[in-house]
Amino acid sequence: MNGLVVIGASYAGVQGALSARDSGYSEPITIVADEEWMPYQRPPLSKDFLVDLATEDSLVLRDKAFFANKGIELVLGARATDIDRSSRKVVLGDHSELVFDKLLIGTGSHARKLPVPGADLDGVRYLRTMQDAIDLKAALRDATEIVVVGGGFIGLEVAASASKLGKKVTVLESAGRLLERAVSPTISEFLLDMHLQHGVDVQLGETVVSMDGQSGRVTSVNCKNRASIRADLVLVGVGGLPNDQIAKSAGLNCLNGVVVDDHGRTSDPNIFAAGDCATHFNTFASDWLRLESVQNAQDQAKAAGLAIAGSTGPYASVPRFWSDQYDAKLQIVGLSRNFDDQAIRGSIDDGKFSVFYYRKSKLVAVDSINRAGDQMAARRLIAGGISPAPDQIRDPSFDLKSLLKSAAGVGV
Amino acid sequence: MSRVKYVQQDGAECVLEIGSGVSVMLAAVRNGVSGIEGECGGCLDCATCHVYVDEAQMGALPSPNDDELELLGTVAAPRKPNSRLSCQLKPPFPTDTLTIYVPEAQS
Repeated sequence: MNGLVVIGASYAGVQGALSARDSGYSEPITIVADEEWMPYQRPPLSKDFLVDLATEDSLVLRDKAFFANKGIELVLGARATDIDRSSRKVVLGDHSELVFDKLLIGTGSHARKLPVPGADLDGVRYLRTMQDAIDLKAALRDATEIVVVGGGFIGLEVAASASKLGKKVTVLESAGRLLERAVSPTISEFLLDMHLQHGVDVQLGETVVSMDGQSGRVTSVNCKNRASIRADLVLVGVGGLPNDQIAKSAGLNCLNGVVVDDHGRTSDPNIFAAGDCATHFNTFASDWLRLESVQNAQDQAKAAGLAIAGSTGPYASVPRFWSDQYDAKLQIVGLSRNFDDQAIRGSIDDGKFSVFYYRKSKLVAVDSINRAGDQMAARRLIAGGISPAPDQIRDPSFDLKSLLKSAAGVGV
Repeated sequence: MSRVKYVQQDGAECVLEIGSGVSVMLAAVRNGVSGIEGECGGCLDCATCHVYVDEAQMGALPSPNDDELELLGTVAAPRKPNSRLSCQLKPPFPTDTLTIYVPEAQS
């Protein structure tokens, strides 16, 4: 038997390999990844890592001995370039080949590039990988005026980190509010106030037209509406695109990512995909989604790992996200788009509140700022299909957990 | 280096040496200590790294912050006075070997 080959050593790849092994898959397992680093945590790269509260070593996710004990071989620093489905081989950059019985694609996503003149100047950076973070941290140390293009998760987290380091920071967001695709106007407004209070200049409804430089280095960002902004460092965070080229070339069904079923299986029954690179029909959202989150990568890979081991356990998790900016912990469960009512629990002024979103009286999502208890209860409520009345949400004396206790058998 | 002893429900023990900046949770995850999940990586998002600290050592540890206290209210196994989230426990510890007990469930 040739066993399982996994392309990618981040959350999806590692979790898929482990889940397959722990579910009884006894054949060889090989993980191949183009990065040289041992598998590492990614969320801190835009936060603690930039402000020296985390290091390359402290972010390592699993020890070498751990993989060895599980009988999982790690091949790092090797790029998978092709999948030959007829002979079931993965071809690597050095033309060597790995033969597989089952294949898991966990190739993740890459940063969408900003298509404007000057965006290729030195000093214009993106953040996805450990190497990006190391480079950005070094650049931040020497920079004084930083422009962040994009008011999404990565842009806002880097803005907060740079501001903590005492830098002059400007955020340019083309939409009318921050984190528009992820949160409601209530949360956007809170985040805007918070960044302004920390001295970050936030420009909404603003787009970059071009960038100018001297001796090949960026010196200013030219905007559509306002005067150009001086910058010696530009961080672009305008979204991610799936690394699905290798799957496309192999003829697998792709549509904004590798299309998978709720067991992570692609259009080839022996090939699976999970995480940022995969698109699935989300039963919770009743829509096709490609989710970029640690939770999705892990949960989807667990389902794939089970299926690879010949077991079953579909992916049916409620989507979750989180972000840390300054002292605010933002946690999101569910998808709030198309909500028609909302109720607030806690105090916006105190920076501790949750927004509960309803669609046709059904609780569909909850965003929390520094209210982790609400969030944990909300995960169970939404997973269990339990909708507290808006008046119960607004009543601080009402115990959300009492609804869970009365609904026996509800899991997370 | 600090030492942490992990004691499972069945009494099985495992001792790990961990460096500064590495939490009791992360050391467990890296080395495959079962029963500690640490789904969120230690950013106080998930409460799946709940442990019971040896009662005699409890008082010498720094107190939990508000976020940890709030999450401790949501843990899957029974919450006890010596309950902590292991992602928040980092060296140096006020003891040669910190002993923690892995609870029966995390989610």
